[in-house]
Amino acid sequence: MFEAILLTVITASTPLVIAALGELVTERAGVLNLGVEGMMIMGAVCAFAVTQISGSPYVGLFAGILGGGIFSLLFGFLTLTLVANQVATGLALTILGLGLSGQIGEAFVGQPGIKLQPIVFPLLSDIPFFGRVLFSQDLTFYFSIGLVIGINWFLFKSRTGLKMRAIGDNHASAHALGINVIRTRYLAVMFGGACAGLAGAQLSLVYTPQWVENMSAGRGWIALALVVFASWRPWRVLAGGYLFGAVTIGQLHAQAFGIGIPSQFLSALPYAATIVVLIIISHNRRTTLINTPASLGKPFVPDR
Amino acid sequence: MTLPEGPAAVPLLSVRGLTKLFGSFAACNAIDLDIAAGEIHALLGENGAGKSTLVKMLFGVLQPSAGQILWEGTPVTISSPGEARRLGVGMVFQHFSLFEALTVAENIALSLDPKISLSKISDEAAALSKAYGLPLDPKAHVADLSVGERQRIEIVRALLQNPKLIILDEPTSVLTPQEADRLFETLFKLKAEGRSVLYISHRLEEVRRICDRATVLRHGRVTGACDPKLETPASLARMMVGSDVAQVHRDSAEALGDIRIEVTDLSVPARTPFAVSLKNISLKVRAGEVLAIAGVAGNGQGELFDALSGEYPVADDEAIRIRGKAVGGMGINGRRLLGAGFVPEERHGHAAVSALPLSDNLLLARSQSDKQAFLSGGAVSIIRQDAIRSATRRICEAMDVRKSGEDPLAGSLSGGNLQKFIVGRELDRQPAVLIVNQPTWGVDAGAASRIRQALIDLAKAGSAVVVISQDLDEIFEVATNIAVISEGQLSDPHPAGTLTLERIGLMMGGIHESHSIPEAAHAH
Repeated sequence: MFEAILLTVITASTPLVIAALGELVTERAGVLNLGVEGMMIMGAVCAFAVTQISGSPYVGLFAGILGGGIFSLLFGFLTLTLVANQVATGLALTILGLGLSGQIGEAFVGQPGIKLQPIVFPLLSDIPFFGRVLFSQDLTFYFSIGLVIGINWFLFKSRTGLKMRAIGDNHASAHALGINVIRTRYLAVMFGGACAGLAGAQLSLVYTPQWVENMSAGRGWIALALVVFASWRPWRVLAGGYLFGAVTIGQLHAQAFGIGIPSQFLSALPYAATIVVLIIISHNRRTTLINTPASLGKPFVPDR
Repeated sequence: MTLPEGPAAVPLLSVRGLTKLFGSFAACNAIDLDIAAGEIHALLGENGAGKSTLVKMLFGVLQPSAGQILWEGTPVTISSPGEARRLGVGMVFQHFSLFEALTVAENIALSLDPKISLSKISDEAAALSKAYGLPLDPKAHVADLSVGERQRIEIVRALLQNPKLIILDEPTSVLTPQEADRLFETLFKLKAEGRSVLYISHRLEEVRRICDRATVLRHGRVTGACDPKLETPASLARMMVGSDVAQVHRDSAEALGDIRIEVTDLSVPARTPFAVSLKNISLKVRAGEVLAIAGVAGNGQGELFDALSGEYPVADDEAIRIRGKAVGGMGINGRRLLGAGFVPEERHGHAAVSALPLSDNLLLARSQSDKQAFLSGGAVSIIRQDAIRSATRRICEAMDVRKSGEDPLAGSLSGGNLQKFIVGRELDRQPAVLIVNQPTWGVDAGAASRIRQALIDLAKAGSAVVVISQDLDEIFEVATNIAVISEGQLSDPHPAGTLTLERIGLMMGGIHESHSIPEAAHAH
């Protein structure tokens, strides 16, 4: 029973972690992309459609990444090249993504999907309890863990990551040092889009292998909240992602057991938790300021 | 321009006819400049003379519209700061290009070869900073450092690239005299190693002291090239301004009146981790007195101004009294109604809304204190445009604000002219108490002398004036009494005549002398 619940928690948390990690990188570079929900749903529909056509969920997974990444380019072009308002553009991206995905996915509604099969590690998966939970998951789970380690290393150990944090802290100074702010931000936006796309692909290939309009169901917004919740730190995204995932699953089980908590209350929990965390971390302004990208959401025009 | 004597016939850097156009406006107009190896070369000029534009072109941040840059005799195109660094040009900006969220070592690493590991950079930076007398902790976060320490990072960062030419943009404007002396020693060490320094400043004494040659800019053109040691501050100022700068004039003996503003044992905890807490501040300013508060930036000046102006009212109502009334808990408008006026440090976005015309900015500041003149219709508060327009005109005339059009946007005025307007806006009311934070920060010499004279005249007319300033020349020009703020503590005031630059410098550095110095003993 517990093991079964844990498995569903992992499946529910993985897309949150992946999407939030992508957005974390975008925001560390100083770009606030509120279009995660839109990029996620585009990833979901691309992944499902390509899987149906090609017959391979792995090709579909790749299509999801590509779909989210290309869709984010639209955001990048509008906000970085044309210097449009990031908040408004991000919201528009979400609305566009939800509409466009419905259009693309119309032909696929009701079709049975092909599920991405777990990759079972021999020997390791035989470890009682942990083996089943940790070593017989699908590719997206392993990838999400690798992503946490990789992004943490990239941001805090590599020179390119340092440059990215510098851009997020003060883009004018970064420009003065000769760092290409716009190019780095394009890459960060695309990475965020690709991650959101992958998270969407996980939804339509693993979580519920079918296409339902609007199936991202607000997970993009949770991912956005998660980045702030984690104060822009990759490991905290992992912890927060699993916390939020557990709350989502817990809410389903609570309903099944007839526990008298209104489901709306439980659905609101992640957001309430984010607010509480924001209040707590804002008490220590110094650590917040050191982690929060200071130029987040600010438009950048190089002075030439 | 003459080339330096001796065998070094080819200058390290030559600039020929360098021009930068912004639209039809020439920020730099056919500039010629030569910097020899191993010399400290001053670039002098008022704000807006084109100094910054010129060095930005030398450092590859801006591209020239016309003209040529020769590096060791060879024509070069400096297309980016990276290119400039490769040539051997290092730059220390006036407004630091540092990243507050990163550590010292990370900040330095950003401008170096990415192949060098962070730990090696830490070691090298620590060693280098020690060798040049600029101590630094590589692991400290920049957000926690003082302005002087931040400048050291910039200098060490430039030095790590082993440059042949180091450009320093107004480096001493943020330093105490002692810190500046230490910087000069560093510069002499660099010079002894055969490196050249391009030193941008408008502090004439300093330039005369350390620079071998000077090039003077005005309105984007070279107006003079000289050996500053052979010039007087007055002759240099004439080259910078184009005419003699009006000397600020103050009568020596003023009769002081009643106490207008009194602060007793004011303590305010820091609002943010980067703010300074105020500790037991006491001061008294009488009618006819100018109290100048000296101090290096970031020692509580802003916090003191906030408390005095009521921008952040303080818990203890009795701690601040204006004209005898306890006002600690009162907001800005309440204090204004008592006859006080305030001029904050930041012109744009604090003292004035850049996107609004001058008349609106006037109304915003004085809508409560001059309700009767500017508003009509009682509770409806209809704005009386004609009254505000004429008041705007009056202020601009009184302070000689140069503007285009009748009522331009505040943001379209140059820094000096906007500052004259902001100060004039308060002076126009003849406030009984005026509190000004950095009245001439980043303002050209002509406007600065005008503002200082206006402050002195206001005190002479019977007001109490508090001037918070980092500029010691300004403080000596205007002050009746001088106090020094350091780490949120305020020294006792001393009559201006009894203090020397050195003594203030020591006090600014935080070395407070005992409170009971007999003042007469220091008068000389």
